[in-house]
Amino acid sequence: MRFSLALAALRRHPMRTLLAIFGVAIASALLLDMVMLATGMRASFRSLLTSRGYELRITPRGTLPFDTEATVGGATALIASVRAHPDVMQVSASLGTTVQVERAGAPTSTSTSAFALGTDPAVQGEYTVLTGRLPTTSTAGLLTEVIANNALLTRLGAAVGDTLSVSTGRSAQLRLSGDAVRAVIVGEARFLYVPPGLPAVSAPLSAVQALLGEAGRDRISLAMAAVRASPATSDNSDRTEAVRQWIEGTHSRVTAISTETAIVQVEERLAYFRQLAFILGALSLVIGVLLVTTLVSLSVNERLGELAVLRAIGVVRTGVLQQVMLEGLMLGVSGITLGLGLGLITARWLNTILRDFPGLPADLDFFVWSPEAAWKALAMLLVASTLAGAWPAWRASQLRVAQALREEAIG
Amino acid sequence: MSTSPTTSRDTSVLLEAVNVHRHYRGEASDVHALRGVTLQIHRGEFVAIVGASGSGKSTLMHLLGAVDAPDQGRIVLEGQDISTLSDRNATRLRLRRIGLVFQRFYLMPTLSAIENVELPMAEAGIGREQRKRRAAELLSFVGLGERLTHRPTQLSGGEQQRVAVARALANGPALLLADEPTGELDAATGASLIALLQRLNADGLTCVLVTHDAALARSAQRVITMRDGQIVSDDRNDIDDRTESDDRNDIDDRTVSDDRNPTAPPLP
Repeated sequence: MRFSLALAALRRHPMRTLLAIFGVAIASALLLDMVMLATGMRASFRSLLTSRGYELRITPRGTLPFDTEATVGGATALIASVRAHPDVMQVSASLGTTVQVERAGAPTSTSTSAFALGTDPAVQGEYTVLTGRLPTTSTAGLLTEVIANNALLTRLGAAVGDTLSVSTGRSAQLRLSGDAVRAVIVGEARFLYVPPGLPAVSAPLSAVQALLGEAGRDRISLAMAAVRASPATSDNSDRTEAVRQWIEGTHSRVTAISTETAIVQVEERLAYFRQLAFILGALSLVIGVLLVTTLVSLSVNERLGELAVLRAIGVVRTGVLQQVMLEGLMLGVSGITLGLGLGLITARWLNTILRDFPGLPADLDFFVWSPEAAWKALAMLLVASTLAGAWPAWRASQLRVAQALREEAIG
Repeated sequence: MSTSPTTSRDTSVLLEAVNVHRHYRGEASDVHALRGVTLQIHRGEFVAIVGASGSGKSTLMHLLGAVDAPDQGRIVLEGQDISTLSDRNATRLRLRRIGLVFQRFYLMPTLSAIENVELPMAEAGIGREQRKRRAAELLSFVGLGERLTHRPTQLSGGEQQRVAVARALANGPALLLADEPTGELDAATGASLIALLQRLNADGLTCVLVTHDAALARSAQRVITMRDGQIVSDDRNDIDDRTESDDRNDIDDRTVSDDRNPTAPPLP
């Protein structure tokens, strides 16, 4: 009966109730999105860094992976040394550069600059093959095959099997020089750390080093090391840290950074986002509470006579309290249910917009659905909306019945 | 059908007010609404309380109905002092032993007639099926058997007041208190309601009414007249037999001529 009365009270002014539900839904959606934003980038970045199983990243001293165009020489010895460490399972080295590419036989106006990544296809952790196969080199170690991303294929109107002219010319306005080499596109790949709209190709490390000539001879931009799992514990962080310290102690020209450290550093950089998300989330919570309190208070004020009669005919204070709080809860549940869907839709939409931000890896998400965090946020809002009805409910339950009836009779 | 648990003619004291005082803190000054009211109401009586506006009759009704508590004095219902009950106990007492009817009906506008009548029964913990059945019976008894699912806005004033009477009878009260029950009704509808109340009284239900309505007052066995918070007369006769007084002028004569003997509606 209390449920019927609470529902009836809300249905008395359907438009007002609907608007309040939409208000709570928007507040819920905003809170959900902010929680997804606050936890999502961190989770997404962690997933991005750990997806290929490399725990350490080795870069030229004082730089972050591909943060600058700095390279480190003596790569062969460096890689061999790291690979020889008993706790290192695998090493993948990469050299990044910018190249100028065009489809062989096509007008030069279709040429484009692209990110070229030299890496050992067998152990690389930089891309996943979508179609075709991994590229190889000629017996002389020259560039003959590349794997390209969709942005490059689209830009050039090329397909797997086509031949590209690749040079190290850095301006789209420059014609390709005579030392341009021809390479066949053997596959299409998705590059994990390359922004989605940036054309990119990859070839074996030796081929890209050869393409760069002296500038690339035995040089790398980045090496990634996979550390053997510790047999004693699932937490490999101590062993990873020991290897990291060993690399930095042995090779003074490089900085070794663990995935965990990278995540911490990224988190520090994302502190602003988290603060913003926290503030907006808290704000949406307050808005939700205010909406429910306002509507339920308004409803109670309009029904003082009715509530007094309920008390007069035998409904106890707690009964009135429960009924009015139920109204707040019903508003909250309806708004939150709607807000859940709305929040997921807006998160997806905002994620699409933010992923187009220049310079961000294709696989980085801003809004990530984390059930635990989302349910916590929604539960918080549910409790808040229930409590929001508590004050008007308490007021209604404390109504002086005789006085309210007298005033109602006069009014 | 029996609407009251009192089926035999037990004429013992049901309700008693002993030297009851009540004052309110007004904005300008304190209002002494009741000044030492003492009265006894016996089981099966039909009592009308009349008086000018501000004479204290509604305040007295609130005290008799355990809606309010006196500042001084005692209200005793069925041998129990109800003036010192906690809010919870007073509420439970109203729920089970006292039926209240108001001038403006005060039905829940969003509930149907049957749901309005079910309300006190639901509060008393009566099961859904049982309360639906009894609510339907009560509505049939008050002549609204065809209006069970109508909302208050779909009912006339008289019909709404009948629903309010059915609601007051829901838990089988010992006492029915009605504050100006015909105040919002036209003469014919008021007469019909009076007939209903008389029928309830004939079934043994004790009825106490606060009224300005001369026809309603005349229909009572006993008329208590109040002035300035005190009882100035307590008559067992027809109000027309009284000598002219200031109080008589406060009674609405609109129904006197044509409603002397209202006909009770057909009962099941």
